[in-house]
Amino acid sequence: MKTLQKFGLGIFLTGLTLFCSLIFLGKYQLTHQEFDALIDEKGIKSDLFIANINSKVTDKVFLGPFEFSKRVITALEEANKVHRKKKEWNKVIWDKPHSFSYEVSKKAGKGMIPNNKGWFWFLTFGLGIIGSLLYIIPNLITLGPPGIKNNNIYFDSSTNRGFMGWSVFIFLVSFYVLLYFFPDYIVNWTYIVDPISQSISGNLASQWFLYGFLYCVVMTVMAIRMYIKYRNNKYQILRTTSVLFFQIVFAFLIPEILVRFEKPWYDFKNAFPLDYDFFFSWNLNSLISSGGFGLFILVWGIVLTLVIVPVMVYFFGKRWYCSWVCGCGGLAETLGDPYRHLSNKSIGAWKLERWLVHGVLAFAIVMTGFTLYTYFSGTSAILGIKTQSIQSTYGFLIGSVFAGVIGTGFYPIFGNRVWCRFGCPLAAYLGLVQRFKSRFRITTNGGQCISCGNCSTYCEMGIDVRAYAQKGQNIVRSSCVGCGVCSAVCPRGVLKLENGPVANRTHLPNFPLGNTLD
Amino acid sequence: MVSQAPIIIIGNGIAGITTARHIRKRSDIPILIISKESRYFFSRTALMYVYMGHLKWEHTQPYENHFWKKNRLDLCQETVTNIDPQAKTVKLSNGSILSYTSLVLATGSLPNKFGWPGENLKGVQGLYSKQDLENLEALSSSIKEAVVVGGGLIGIELAEMLHARGKKVTFLVREDSFWNTVIPESDSKMINRHIISHGIDLRLSTNLSEIIEDENGRAKAIRTDKNEIIPCQFVGLTVGVRPNIDFIKHTSIATNKGILVNKYLETSQTDIYAVGDCAEQQEPLPGRRPIEAVWYTGRMMGETLAKTLTGKKTAYQPGHWFNSAKFFDIEYQTYGLVAARPTKAEIHFHWENAEKNIGITIAFNKSTNEFLGINSFGIRLRHEIFDQFLTEKRSVFHVLEHLNDCNFDPEFFTSLGVEIVTKFNHEFNTNIRLKKKSWTRIFNNLITIK
Repeated sequence: MKTLQKFGLGIFLTGLTLFCSLIFLGKYQLTHQEFDALIDEKGIKSDLFIANINSKVTDKVFLGPFEFSKRVITALEEANKVHRKKKEWNKVIWDKPHSFSYEVSKKAGKGMIPNNKGWFWFLTFGLGIIGSLLYIIPNLITLGPPGIKNNNIYFDSSTNRGFMGWSVFIFLVSFYVLLYFFPDYIVNWTYIVDPISQSISGNLASQWFLYGFLYCVVMTVMAIRMYIKYRNNKYQILRTTSVLFFQIVFAFLIPEILVRFEKPWYDFKNAFPLDYDFFFSWNLNSLISSGGFGLFILVWGIVLTLVIVPVMVYFFGKRWYCSWVCGCGGLAETLGDPYRHLSNKSIGAWKLERWLVHGVLAFAIVMTGFTLYTYFSGTSAILGIKTQSIQSTYGFLIGSVFAGVIGTGFYPIFGNRVWCRFGCPLAAYLGLVQRFKSRFRITTNGGQCISCGNCSTYCEMGIDVRAYAQKGQNIVRSSCVGCGVCSAVCPRGVLKLENGPVANRTHLPNFPLGNTLD
Repeated sequence: MVSQAPIIIIGNGIAGITTARHIRKRSDIPILIISKESRYFFSRTALMYVYMGHLKWEHTQPYENHFWKKNRLDLCQETVTNIDPQAKTVKLSNGSILSYTSLVLATGSLPNKFGWPGENLKGVQGLYSKQDLENLEALSSSIKEAVVVGGGLIGIELAEMLHARGKKVTFLVREDSFWNTVIPESDSKMINRHIISHGIDLRLSTNLSEIIEDENGRAKAIRTDKNEIIPCQFVGLTVGVRPNIDFIKHTSIATNKGILVNKYLETSQTDIYAVGDCAEQQEPLPGRRPIEAVWYTGRMMGETLAKTLTGKKTAYQPGHWFNSAKFFDIEYQTYGLVAARPTKAEIHFHWENAEKNIGITIAFNKSTNEFLGINSFGIRLRHEIFDQFLTEKRSVFHVLEHLNDCNFDPEFFTSLGVEIVTKFNHEFNTNIRLKKKSWTRIFNNLITIK
């Protein structure tokens, strides 16, 4: 079995190595016809840019994306500089340089990789999936009978911030940096998922399709790991199935299918303010111009945030969203599960968390206020601050750096819920409801706590669960996402997540336990 | 003016620390806690998880390091060598002498040894203290095979620990079934099967005769009373614990097996008290043992004594017995008293699902049907409800009717109430109907303290 697992790991690493090496490979050659088509499509009016590309890029062969991208971007920046100076605003190309370069590269890729998309898919995704399953499935036997499977977690370099942990950290951070800021370097990755994208939406894959597809694949594979690890615990199994379902169907398939029917791309479960650009003018315009269906989305989005979310939190706690539905939560609970114990449990971290997460919520609300004011008043700035620049600051700092690079990239260092705990404005909103008006609590079972610390250690949100349990006190905390792992790892049956009468939420037993402080 | 002498607490385990915390909640008296074992309080019950790699050492500490200073609980990492009850002082191994206003002895336990040949060899130890854990960790890489002697709660934990780190474990149990001096036969048999299913070589009715030494003074094998030699590089001696009172025996404080205390936890000397594992009740409560070396009683004694020391003299009244443990993957909870070998007046009802490793045993009075206690394996039960059943002297029928209220398993777990009640009805020719879970009942009679 161990040999089989090593073999699986080998296959997985082969697939991963090939996947990474695709960044450096490939032939890029932009033909005249392709470039002309692009000029039409994008409505490019900069003669400078066109001349520059025609002399330095078109019909030339580039190996690897870097030089190609550099020439495109240089041409773009030089042209823009001149046009700006001359105030020829209609000639300026407003796209982000690397996004623009991505669109050019996507057309220019030639040769082996775009011609053998299926094969390259198999050699990267395919080998990765087969390898990881060969590594994970034997756990059914190697980990022993059903039960808590946390042996050796703190001896393993990948789960104890060792060399392997830091390597995964570097990989994940690099991935997110490329995805968000240098999409033109990962054009090859998008080629290999083109056939899948075309079969769903009819379009070629963008880097966001790639990300969505990869997200689903990673979650599925790691959900299988969860099913094996927690096979003694029905709550965990149902919860894992739920997040997986919502990711694949709601976040991935439905939006792509909407595109096929020429409707706006929309994830029905992604509630504002996590979905921070819902009220941005481009989105509102796109929804309003999509007729009845667009209006339905607009109403749904507002009702989801204002009614459905708080009412559900009242009845079930924020877990119904954070650990049963949410995509970020879904990745955290599957890919992130091996890192859940790395969250910081100190009081200092709790203080930071409260400032930061409510700060982001305030930021999101203020930004949306500005956005709507701008939208309805037609001005572009309030108090001299441009709405556009607030939006792009939020998008860069919160949407990309915090949620992506730090939120997921830092899994192996700070645990799997960094974003959900310190950054997610929706979690902050749900948390306020959970803390002040909800039937949800984690009940502490009388005096049975032995203060062992498993609950606190394995709390991904960094809640010091033990501090409550050893006092016989129920746990009511705004940050709790209700993953149920504290209850699962408790060796003495002390903790139970439940929804009950609000009046008895913070009940303390009235007989001597040695733990009731009066 | 000399500043006020502190309350000195010897021992920073659960009993000593609970005393200290509760005194501090009620008063500003200076407190000094002396312990050589570790600077900061840690959860002894969590030692096993450190060895198994579930936790790091710092996770066993329930309070952050700044907690002690913030709450003005002074810590001293030294050994107490003598106590002078007349002068009201304690002497430390570094020679210094400290005065106290009150002294709390919370010195805990020591692992038993019974004079076996080779019991002091390298590679032979118990598992009780931080140092035991460190010694085991230091030896760990050189252990391939291990023998654990003694079929109690620490024994099975040590077996699980060693097994988790890939050691081949042989488990010697004196009795003919695991822990059957405490739990009834059918419960015990279920645990036997579970131990074996994990690949532990369980030897029942087997005693240790001697530990055999290698050329370096380390254990290399053991010989059983059946004259069998089992090679091993580690021998875990887990044949119970005794109060850690060797340095108290030659003082004027009265001792027997432990430090003798009355119901107020007072020793024979004024202003000296004892709590936790080291305390021996002169008049134990009915059905209870004079020394109860468990986490929960240490905590309750600490809370009780803190009241006395802050001006509200309070007798130790631990309430109904409860306890818990975990046998590999099987969680165990008990409420009330279930005799290992029931007297004629006590009837046992046992139900189990062998495939899922779950089962319960309920004890009740033969003539009155009064519910006496429950052992539960692999099913979590609500403490408060059982406490209430026992206080109200409810009948076994009432308990069974309300099994769904009692269940504390995570949501979506299959409810086994129907199976259990059906079996009971069949065995005792009754017609009990299981009620649906009711929040009103669960909370109705429980008074909420804010």
